[in-house]
Amino acid sequence: MADLSELVSLSAAEAARKIAVRELSATELCKAYLERIFEVDPHLGAYLTVTPDRVIKRATDIDIALDRGETLGPLAGVPIGLKDIFVTHGVVTTAGSKILEHWTPPYDGTAVERMNNAGAIALGKLNMDEFAMGSSNENSAFKPCRNPWDTTRVAGGSSGGSAAAVAAGLCAVALGTDTGGSIRQPAAMCGCVGIKPTYGRVSRYGVIAFASSLDQVGPLTRTVEDAALVLESLCGFDPLDSTSVNRPVPRYRDVLDKGVAGLTIGLPKEYFVDGTDPEVRAAVDAAVEVLRGAGADVTEVSLPHTEHALAAYYIIAPAEASSNLARYDGVRYGLRVPEGSGDASLLDMYRRTRGAGFGTEVKRRIMLGTYALRSGYYDAYYRKAQQVRALIKRDFDNAFERVDVILSPTSPTPAFTLGDKTDDPMAMYLADVFTLSCNLAGLPGMSVPCGRTSAGLPIGLQLLGKPLDEATLLQVAACYEREAAWPRAIAEVV
Amino acid sequence: MSWEAVIGLEVHVQLSTQSKAFSASATRFGQRPNSQTDPTVLGLPGALPVFNRDALEKAVCLGLATGCTIRRVSRFARKHYFYPDLPKGYQISQYDEPLCEHGAIEFFLDGEPHKVRLTRIHLEEDAGKNVHTGSVSLVDLNRAGIPLCEVVSEPDIRNAEEAAEYMRALHRLVRTLDICAGNMEQGHLRCDANVSIRPTGASELGTRTELKNINSFRFVQRAIDHEIARQIRIVEGGGQVVQETRLWDADAGASASMRSKEEAEDYRYFPDPDLPPLVVADELVDRIRGELPELPVQRSQRFAALGLGLDDACTLVAEPALADYFDAAVTAHGDGAAAKTIANWMLGELQSQLNRDDSTIAACKVTPAQLADLVKLIDGGTISGKIAKKVFIDMFASGDDADAIIERKGLKQISDPGAIEAVVAEVLAANRGQVADYRGGKTGLLGFFVGQVMKKTRGQANPKLVNEILRKLLAE
Amino acid sequence: MDALKPSEVEQIALLARLDLSEEETERLGRELTTILSYMGSLQQVDTTDVEPMTHAVPMDLRLRDDEEGASLSVDEALAHAPDTADDSFRVPHIINK
Repeated sequence: MADLSELVSLSAAEAARKIAVRELSATELCKAYLERIFEVDPHLGAYLTVTPDRVIKRATDIDIALDRGETLGPLAGVPIGLKDIFVTHGVVTTAGSKILEHWTPPYDGTAVERMNNAGAIALGKLNMDEFAMGSSNENSAFKPCRNPWDTTRVAGGSSGGSAAAVAAGLCAVALGTDTGGSIRQPAAMCGCVGIKPTYGRVSRYGVIAFASSLDQVGPLTRTVEDAALVLESLCGFDPLDSTSVNRPVPRYRDVLDKGVAGLTIGLPKEYFVDGTDPEVRAAVDAAVEVLRGAGADVTEVSLPHTEHALAAYYIIAPAEASSNLARYDGVRYGLRVPEGSGDASLLDMYRRTRGAGFGTEVKRRIMLGTYALRSGYYDAYYRKAQQVRALIKRDFDNAFERVDVILSPTSPTPAFTLGDKTDDPMAMYLADVFTLSCNLAGLPGMSVPCGRTSAGLPIGLQLLGKPLDEATLLQVAACYEREAAWPRAIAEVV
Repeated sequence: MSWEAVIGLEVHVQLSTQSKAFSASATRFGQRPNSQTDPTVLGLPGALPVFNRDALEKAVCLGLATGCTIRRVSRFARKHYFYPDLPKGYQISQYDEPLCEHGAIEFFLDGEPHKVRLTRIHLEEDAGKNVHTGSVSLVDLNRAGIPLCEVVSEPDIRNAEEAAEYMRALHRLVRTLDICAGNMEQGHLRCDANVSIRPTGASELGTRTELKNINSFRFVQRAIDHEIARQIRIVEGGGQVVQETRLWDADAGASASMRSKEEAEDYRYFPDPDLPPLVVADELVDRIRGELPELPVQRSQRFAALGLGLDDACTLVAEPALADYFDAAVTAHGDGAAAKTIANWMLGELQSQLNRDDSTIAACKVTPAQLADLVKLIDGGTISGKIAKKVFIDMFASGDDADAIIERKGLKQISDPGAIEAVVAEVLAANRGQVADYRGGKTGLLGFFVGQVMKKTRGQANPKLVNEILRKLLAE
Repeated sequence: MDALKPSEVEQIALLARLDLSEEETERLGRELTTILSYMGSLQQVDTTDVEPMTHAVPMDLRLRDDEEGASLSVDEALAHAPDTADDSFRVPHIINK
């Protein structure tokens, strides 16, 4: 019987293999994770909901089936965590918000269904910034999520719970979402792999919407192989999502051994400027050398409209958010203040429900978005931002004529201290400068661990790719992972 | 001071698709509340829209039938406002890139042709139903998400009667095109009117008010007349018309201002990021154009050319099933000259039987060919018009051919001059006094003799012959 | 840009159906002014002849066949409604009518 810490250190691929050949039972693995969650999560706050009964039932069913000789999906028995933005049938789904604190959905989203079909076992729902708005998981209505490597610091956001859970051995793989960097940045801050596929690659049906033209689903994992493995099950056309891309999904694992010889890496000069933590910069520079040593060509590129990405993002995303959050009105589900229908006017009910149900950052963005969409302001703000967005995309198109991937730090700093940026919204927004453009352009982006600061805080390397070219990202990431050979470790926490 | 009214109508036409605009829930009327919903209809977190092909085709059909330009790339936009029957807090509609533009609807009013231009026709989804009872409202989302075409006219309409006729014309059209069942009680056509007045002959527009909740042809007319009168009263009294939205109350026969809900409403339109641009291929437009049926205006003109009055023609055309029946009957008859007679039978005897049974033409046992045969039998003198009515009642009840009924009941018209002469002779012999009076100058007694002959022949004598023979014998 | 006035903040809050305390109104006015001023830099960008990018990936709208599909049951639809009556969602009436 392997010990608990060994079990929770297995990558998804390793666990799936062992379970398939019956070296390990799904039930044993799930129990190990549940025990670790029980022990460790009170110090982290990665989970909002854990569903032990469901887990054991599912694991038991999978073990029985495998013992009978049935062939199940590629992730059979692998314990995963789901950011609480994923709609799960029969399991409370909150989006990190009081307004949905008790909402139990009557349906499963597509990404969740695909994970189920692949045989993965969802351990529970992971903490997040409310409605995915935030870069530190401090905007969760329920509790912050702490960084497993230093619990005085943030886990990053908005998929903070997802990153922390993977890093601390509370699940083998987590699903997150990324609208402006919300998979990549927490992955970088917690030392795990995170990938945001091309917009439209993974269905958004059943993902609680923040900014519809920017949101994408992706996995956070311990290894690049795991990311490839999960993507194979996640990606693909969904008739329930009108923005779903209809293209075949490659077997991503096939590229992992191909190396980087013959590939050209672009370094955007606008991403290598003052303001980045020197240790982060040093780690990324070192990573570039590793890749150069492995055979890649490296060249400078320019993305001239980078300086406007933040402004464009913080008009487009709040505008779409203000629209997507209009449905939270206390009529059909969720919080209603006051309760019942007798004591207030309809207008009062709307205002008090939304006033009480939404947190500070969410209100801020709803106000911003409402402002930007008003007639008379639409052209100057929203329409203008969408034009700048087109220019940002054009910058990338031009750069990708000459290079295969673009490389930068994922975040200008490692994980900051809890409470550090909560008084200054702009400071928090600036944390996303390197990740935003990717969402605006609809491109795939990835973060891989590339070392630690002297204080032991993880540093992430960002790779951006051409549309639908997740394969090249994985190829480069896998090569770097192999060459750099950073030791794989689960954060102990306690 | 004489005034003229300037009126534009916005009519929401409910498209008769099987499923909703953006999801697959059913669209039936009168179901248990909230039994036709899904995550998309309810606006649940995480739900997404996927657009219904048939809604597009029906909208293109309406656009082509009204001579609109069909925009090859149009967009859906979100229109934001908070109301309990609007689940997402926004309606998926179209804003500055609507599907159809610049068409017209033509119709006749009092024999005069009218043409009302259309600004646009666009696609959108319907809201649910919000029913107010006391201090609460009850929300049923069965209707939410059903596809609508919003048909917006230019302010070309000049009086309430024209407005009502415009609405009737639109109603005829959507039923002929089979894109909307046109059931007014079920709210298939809902109308908002924009009304303003100005001095007759002026070119500037006055302040307009919006009238809502006008959902029948009759109310269109009454509500608009009421509003015109109300505005004239205000202006002649020295006041100014306030730009506002007014709700028509049919029971009260008056409108009331809807304050504050509409105040400062900013719909914050923007292109819906969940729905890529709607591209309409030339092939689709060409196919739908090729499949367009004969339009009501053309059809009523064709019927009029066959000898029908314009009113009758329009009545038939208003009910596509009736118009089809008429065409079939005329074809079966073979002689276009019988068209008017056939129409008279349909709008007279047939309609009154249908009304009596509370039935529709679809359930009618008399086929168009059978009706045509009946008309032929009258024209050919086999039966009189009066007998024909009796025969028809039997045909309607039994579905039997006229021939069979006439045979069975022995209703054939007596046209043998010898037989009639015998009866006439009998009648004259039995009424010598009246014969003498007639010969003495009371020629009005002819009717009496005709009546007697008809009585003896149970109405079956050929009236023309009876007349001729009577006159002949009386003259002797 | 000029600082947002409290009345403007209130107007936006009404449009968005948000109840804000006095403190929130004041704070949001300041924060939004700062953020929006930052956004003002976009005005400097030359966007002549640039089509707004409304969708991340260029594609045409896909159409669904008009077939009736499964609905949620009435119970499922109403399951989490804060207040119901007669198979319907129940809400307060608008006061002004």
